[in-house]
Amino acid sequence: MLHSIWRYRHFILASIRGDLRGRFARSRLGAFWFILHPLAQALIFSIVLAEVMQARMPDIDNQAAYPIYLLSGMAAWGLFSEILNRSIGIFIEQASAMKKISFPRLCLPVIIWGSALINHVLLLVAIAVIFLFFGHFPGLAWFYLIPGMLLISVMAFGIGVFLGVLNVFVRDVAQFMTVFMQLWFWFTPIVYLKSVVPEQFRPLIQLNPMTPLVNLYQDALLLNQAPSWLSLWPAILVGGVAVALSFVVFRRASPELVDAL
Amino acid sequence: MSVVLDVSHISKCYAAYRSNLQRFANWFGASIKPESEFWANRDISFQVRQGEALALIGQNGAGKSTLLKIITGTVRPTSGSVAVAGRISAILELGLGFNPEFTGRQNIYQAGGLMGFSQAELTELMPAIEDFAEIGEFFDQPIRVYSSGMQARLAFALATAKRPDVLIVDEVLSVGDSYFQHKSFDRIRQFKEEGTSIILVTHSLGDVRALCDRVILLDKGTVMKDGAPDEVVDYYNAMIADRENARMTVEQKRNQNGWLHTRSGTFEIVIDSIVLLDEKTGNPVNTARVGQKLLLKLVAHSNQNVPRLVLGYMLRDRTGHIIWGTNTWHTKQIIENVAAGEKIEYGLPFTCTLGPGSYSFSPTLVSSDTHLENNYEWQDNALVFDVVNVDGEFFIGSTWLDAKFMIQRKA
Repeated sequence: MLHSIWRYRHFILASIRGDLRGRFARSRLGAFWFILHPLAQALIFSIVLAEVMQARMPDIDNQAAYPIYLLSGMAAWGLFSEILNRSIGIFIEQASAMKKISFPRLCLPVIIWGSALINHVLLLVAIAVIFLFFGHFPGLAWFYLIPGMLLISVMAFGIGVFLGVLNVFVRDVAQFMTVFMQLWFWFTPIVYLKSVVPEQFRPLIQLNPMTPLVNLYQDALLLNQAPSWLSLWPAILVGGVAVALSFVVFRRASPELVDAL
Repeated sequence: MSVVLDVSHISKCYAAYRSNLQRFANWFGASIKPESEFWANRDISFQVRQGEALALIGQNGAGKSTLLKIITGTVRPTSGSVAVAGRISAILELGLGFNPEFTGRQNIYQAGGLMGFSQAELTELMPAIEDFAEIGEFFDQPIRVYSSGMQARLAFALATAKRPDVLIVDEVLSVGDSYFQHKSFDRIRQFKEEGTSIILVTHSLGDVRALCDRVILLDKGTVMKDGAPDEVVDYYNAMIADRENARMTVEQKRNQNGWLHTRSGTFEIVIDSIVLLDEKTGNPVNTARVGQKLLLKLVAHSNQNVPRLVLGYMLRDRTGHIIWGTNTWHTKQIIENVAAGEKIEYGLPFTCTLGPGSYSFSPTLVSSDTHLENNYEWQDNALVFDVVNVDGEFFIGSTWLDAKFMIQRKA
């Protein structure tokens, strides 16, 4: 399976390029939408919630602490949800190609992975520029984002491919996930601070594998701090299990996959 | 010639489960029986040799497309295996999974990449693809503005950009205009001469006769007949009628000159004799001269009362191409209320305007303009005769035009 993906590496690279180009074909701002979408969302949240949240961040003296916190978390979540959501739909989206050409199917989510990562890096560059306007200079802690990105994307890829295969047979999966992802977003401390969560919900938030990963981004970008590596174990565990499960399901399902498309 | 494609005991079952949970459970080792099964292909085996052109024919739902998808590799068989020596290129249905937002050129890179070409190879092939597709400036416009014919052109140009060892073509040729159809056929023929094996699915039995060395007739997912084009195609025609006429029988035999005689029908009315005579002398003719006046005489008798009777003729050349054909429904000479025991004699006087060669008449006794409603009797190649040009000027072709040159020289 991995060997055949390696054989198709040129195609995957070309498709990532094509994917980035194609997603915003016929839109005037083109690739800028990659960056404008999350920024606009962050802007809305910070306008609405800045007053409330800023008061809760007394230990940081930067006026822009909340927008920086928000952007960090949104960037991490954006990477996660993009890979996950697109992987769920990819087999159905590419049904016509899968029915007509014989090629390693796992290329499709790998292309999504690649294009989402490039997207993400572009967004981080934009964020860095915005931070400069806030007078917040990026530090070496930004390098901690690399393991963060890796963990987020592995987890998203695993869950996404697993659900993507199921979604071919039961289309409710994608519908359910749009609702579930909203819930998940609000159960992750992105918009709010962990300290505002009532005591009885804390363990739930703590078990959420996205919490430490979002935290990693916030620590690195806002506080220039190293992550607490120990807190990452739920993410590593969930990511590993999801990838293993997705490979098994993909293998078992692939003879029937095209039949159901 | 070596075998390039070996299809061995292919079966394909589409299973439906009561709930998808059962399907998922099966992936993890459970063995739950599906609620219903549909076998699209059952135990199909055949081999294709290098340079052989094979046609798959059969009615809709016979399993042709499923079989092609299995050979191509997009659908996995439930059991059995396909072994291919070399590269397969397939044009299944229309397009090749093109992205409507991309231009033709970008789509060639995309779909070509999926087919396993590298970017460098595609860049190298691009001028030839653009040239063959002949869609002009549309090549650099998004596919969504293409007509279906232009998409088919692009797909065909890409699929045949590099000569494959096996080329699979599923009914796409019917989409293009006749100019492109000819061009596509030429390319397929050229590949064939260079050693590519062709597998063609088509409903145009003319294409089958023109291009293929061998035909496989699929019915209900199994191989019903595998053999020479005329044999299988005539059998297929008889079988279509069989669907409508449950009591019908089909007999086939090949005469010593290689013409295949197929006789089928329900035989309420049967053909007693069919002969070709010289119109003046009334002597039987086996070899006709170009320009000779002939009379085709057919005698039939009825075993039962029949409300309507139509006689149809088809005149075919050696390769099976229809030269001419009509019936008494079109000429408004339908006979009504034929009583049991009646004898009917049909005469067809005509001038032999055929070119030198071997020809055959296929008569059919039916009740309307097609043989699908009632097929009393149908005989393929019932009467075979040769045409020679002994006393006229030399000409080539299958038709003799009584034409004269008019030449004027002016000083």
